[in-house]
Amino acid sequence: MNLASTMAAPHFAATDSFIELAARERARRLLDADTFRELLGPFDRITSPWLPLQGIVCQADDGAIVARGTIDGMPAVVAAIESAFQGGSIGEVSGSKIAAALELALRDCERGKIVRPVIVFETGGVRLQEANLGLAVIAEIQAAIVALRRYVPVVGVIAGMVGCFGGMSLAAALCTRLIMTRQGRLGMNGPEVIEQEAGIEELDASDRRRIWQLIGGEQRVATGLADTLVDDDAQVIGAAVRAAFAAGVPDVHRSEAVERYLSLLSGVTPETVTPEAMRALFGGASSNRDERRLDR
Amino acid sequence: MNETTPLSRGQRWFRALAGDAAGNAPVSPIWYADAPLCDESARFIAVVPDADNRFPRARENVVGLEQGWRLARAVREVVDADARAERRRPIVAIVDVKGQAYGYREETLGIHLACAAAVDAYASARLAGHPIVALIVGPAMSGAFLAHGYQANRILALDAPGTMVHAMGKEAAARVTRRCVEALDALGETITPMSYSLAAFAKLGLLDRLIDGVDADAPTDEQVARVRQILADTAASARCGPSDLSRRLDSDTARTTRAASIEVRRRMAMQWDAGESA
Repeated sequence: MNLASTMAAPHFAATDSFIELAARERARRLLDADTFRELLGPFDRITSPWLPLQGIVCQADDGAIVARGTIDGMPAVVAAIESAFQGGSIGEVSGSKIAAALELALRDCERGKIVRPVIVFETGGVRLQEANLGLAVIAEIQAAIVALRRYVPVVGVIAGMVGCFGGMSLAAALCTRLIMTRQGRLGMNGPEVIEQEAGIEELDASDRRRIWQLIGGEQRVATGLADTLVDDDAQVIGAAVRAAFAAGVPDVHRSEAVERYLSLLSGVTPETVTPEAMRALFGGASSNRDERRLDR
Repeated sequence: MNETTPLSRGQRWFRALAGDAAGNAPVSPIWYADAPLCDESARFIAVVPDADNRFPRARENVVGLEQGWRLARAVREVVDADARAERRRPIVAIVDVKGQAYGYREETLGIHLACAAAVDAYASARLAGHPIVALIVGPAMSGAFLAHGYQANRILALDAPGTMVHAMGKEAAARVTRRCVEALDALGETITPMSYSLAAFAKLGLLDRLIDGVDADAPTDEQVARVRQILADTAASARCGPSDLSRRLDSDTARTTRAASIEVRRRMAMQWDAGESA
């Protein structure tokens, strides 16, 4: 080791990027050391039955990694979406892997054996080449999250750089707790889709700074739509995941707080919706305030 | 409501199935009312156009911020009301939704959470024992269908022009996949999940019944009565079935077209506990 590396600023030297990791490594890092065991791995070779019909080469894991192991010594399962394959889009197989993992965790929980579920979102939503089946499996993932989170927190991580969009943004919103980096984005309709559907006067998708101000991790946490803002560091994110489980199942999940959000919305002036106004209105009302800084 | 404005499909079917019992006029953009369904009361819910909505991108029959949260309220109201009841009333989602609302206000204010709130409410109602039936009378598009209909125990559809299911509107899907609309239609004929047709949706095992012989825009009294009877029969059968969505994989059609979904679950269940003391 040369002198230059030992003299590097400790902050940067310590950085252990999570964003740069592929989905399999992300799952490994969220589980306790040496407990990672992949289910339906590449050697099982369950691939999309629909992509070859459209001349698209399959990937052996269909872009979703499911791994069992432990988190803080407790049985756990991590489902991590691989953005490098088809933009993390949800097809029949990748979506069914996530749904199956959650359904099996639910089965164990119903039998009194708690399994801690983590979903690492990195997806544009439905894989258009599998359109209606992508949508169907997303509905199944959502159903499983709602059923499972009665027993155990379902923890979502949105690290970036793809972010989490489409039907999977609803799945993220159903999670008990959401952990985001500043690089992560969470929204239903991607900026390009809004520009296409509503015109550039509605939203300029090339204005990256504005997009992050609207839907980036910092804004989402500041307005209570996500819970914990973390640096892009695998150890920090792992600590945030453990803290999210330690906090237990809340009395009311964010997506159940109907009257609270209808009341907040009634205070919105549609003509002047800005990220700052949104923080002023929603930020102070967050029920998740105390959790936000748990591991900062 | 302005009598000169033509009714949307959702409004027409809501009136036909629940209108007389609704009493006071329903409030847009979510119409809901309790009305008789054979020998019991059921809650009917529709998303309808709302020309005066203060969110300009949410004035058609789409699911926007207020629609999502108000759907959740309409569903949770019956869940709470029936919490101690021996018999939980059926919930009928009348589906005629063109999509979610696309706008920067919607994203800023968390339309994903508003839609998730509706998903949550329907899923929670199903888990609580309410039979939930979705009746597709128009488009059932993308995130809007996830929020209003896709969590149902049973999905029915009218076999009529204008009913369709898809993850993305045809024009947008054509742009994204760099195909023309005609090519997209042709693809749907060979690749079942790509189709917009309800017949193809049925082949995926996701549709419980395609109801033919009904004029979706101007149904006769006899046709409405027939649909009402099918809704009642479907709700009764849903009441006897599982409260999760496993039934969607439990049909002969699903065993063929969703073989991969089934195989993923079978193999994952086998590997789930391997290497652990059970």
